[in-house]
Amino acid sequence: MAHALAEWESLRELASQIKLHTMSRLDEYLEQFETNATRLGAHVHWARDAAEHNAIVAGILERHGAQRVVKSKSMLTEECGLNPYLESQGVEVTDTDLGEWIVQLRGEHPSHIVLPAIHIKKEEVAALFHERLGTAPGASDANYLAEAARQHLRQKFLAADAGITGVNFAIAETGGFVVCTNEGNADLGVSLPTLHIACMGIEKLIPRAADLGVFLRLLARSATGQPITTYSSHFHGPMPGGELHIVLVDNGRTQLLGSNDFRRSLHCIRCGACFNTCPVYRRSGGHSYGVTVAGPIGSIINPARDPQLHKTLPFACSLCGSCTDVCPVKIDLHQQLFISRRQLANLDLLPWSKKLGVKLAATVLDRPWLYRLAGRVARTSLRFLPRWLLYNRWNIWGRQRELPPAPAATFRNLYRKRQRTRTKQ
Amino acid sequence: MSSSKEAILSAIRRNSSAAAELPDLDREWTIYADRREQFIAVLEAVGGQALVARGRDDLIHQLQRLPVYSQRQKIASLVPGIESANIDLAAIDSPHALADVDLAILPAEFAVAENAAVWVTDRRVPLRVLYFLCQHLVLVVPAHEIVNHMHAAYDRIAEIERHASPSVPGFGAFVSGPSKTADIEQSLVIGAHGPRSLTVFLLEE
Repeated sequence: MAHALAEWESLRELASQIKLHTMSRLDEYLEQFETNATRLGAHVHWARDAAEHNAIVAGILERHGAQRVVKSKSMLTEECGLNPYLESQGVEVTDTDLGEWIVQLRGEHPSHIVLPAIHIKKEEVAALFHERLGTAPGASDANYLAEAARQHLRQKFLAADAGITGVNFAIAETGGFVVCTNEGNADLGVSLPTLHIACMGIEKLIPRAADLGVFLRLLARSATGQPITTYSSHFHGPMPGGELHIVLVDNGRTQLLGSNDFRRSLHCIRCGACFNTCPVYRRSGGHSYGVTVAGPIGSIINPARDPQLHKTLPFACSLCGSCTDVCPVKIDLHQQLFISRRQLANLDLLPWSKKLGVKLAATVLDRPWLYRLAGRVARTSLRFLPRWLLYNRWNIWGRQRELPPAPAATFRNLYRKRQRTRTKQ
Repeated sequence: MSSSKEAILSAIRRNSSAAAELPDLDREWTIYADRREQFIAVLEAVGGQALVARGRDDLIHQLQRLPVYSQRQKIASLVPGIESANIDLAAIDSPHALADVDLAILPAEFAVAENAAVWVTDRRVPLRVLYFLCQHLVLVVPAHEIVNHMHAAYDRIAEIERHASPSVPGFGAFVSGPSKTADIEQSLVIGAHGPRSLTVFLLEE
């Protein structure tokens, strides 16, 4: 899809420049956005962290006596743990994006930012819907299941007291914002109840409405390969007779802004392209990361915020660079992952086994004679040592895998032999 | 000023990066030899259907032959001349009263050739929920109103808004195709929460 557009690289470059500019003046643009949004009749709130965000949202709902809330997909509210917080306050929260709703019914978290239920088989959805919605046992046709969800969630939309959405882009010059979906769930959720709460990270800002021309061309093509999402909805002020609240959330973003190494990760538009291309994500799935935003971008922003908690993530990367190639806003992801490793080492957060291994490798690779000797020892021992000694408890690699057969000759030998034959010819 | 706002803004000022220019968006973007043809092809690719109507009478004639029209019980229309529309939208002030609309026939401002998006607003359709709550949706766009790409689309919006009041519509959306999902094992399902079908009439007048 990206290749169907001749100007793809120009768009990426422009998007990168717009984000770079916005981040250099984020304070001005946020204030401009607040002024314009307020003029349009919206209420703007500021939250330093997840707890403050959750308290603000709960407070608004409480003032309106709102008991039933429909939510469209928002990774920010996932990040803040809004659902469990509201539920603890007695509010019923329904995630209305089909994938996110499936995940919610299973008591799980999304494993992908664009396709939250990508880890679940249709037979599992069939079993879940049979139990919860009374669909026919074993009926696992996607059309049938989606229809059952449509019927059920329609009642939720019609009965809702408030709608919560995320924000894809907020426009400083107009005070409006854009929400993109394919299902139409965000629009239903904020066009039936009169109360709309939109939650956004402060990095979602763009200066001009015209900048959307660039970002909307990039977003869906990078996310799912569509030329644009089915619905790209622009909200300017509350609906007639309604109320609109916008919550601007920091939660570690200003800290990232202060880092010369990781600042560019704030340019992310959450398309998921780096997830889809990453060989590690594709193998291990989103849940293995233990974070809201997984994948390459998550392996940068999470350790940058909390190195101790997420120190293993950058080391899972193979540094293949595919994420950097596909990123629509040109974040240098694999470079940042590499820098992140160095920082974690400097913070002395590597396990002793890794430190020892690296030290050992450095010693051997630094001395050609030792390298040759080590090679010879390994080739011989692989052939003669008994299994119980080779597959000992320190051989983590060998837990699920067989060691390769020992080669008869070294590369050096083969190369020397080849050169000799060539000279003879 | 709230203390959180002050804390966030001062943290940004402390941490802001070096100045960077805001780029100009004027580029040699792809243009289409036949914008209408491009629009029709892309709309079909995203699960919708585009039809060309030569005048109002032809629009109504073609509409009546559509299965989504002839089989529907409750039809709401804001396009003049649709006689069988049997929901009086002027008498409805609650979005919930539209829950059983089978087919909505609504006006749209302009279309985008690049991605088959159609720009709709709540200026002419006060109850915006109609775009999403109906089972099937028909949008009517003036046939000459097709721009090449999204950059031209935002230029067009700015042009419309210069002459409009209020200057920005409270709600505006690009709609490209019927609602869809691929959340169950990535199989495409048309008709997620919004309309199950989208027909766009390009109306020549």
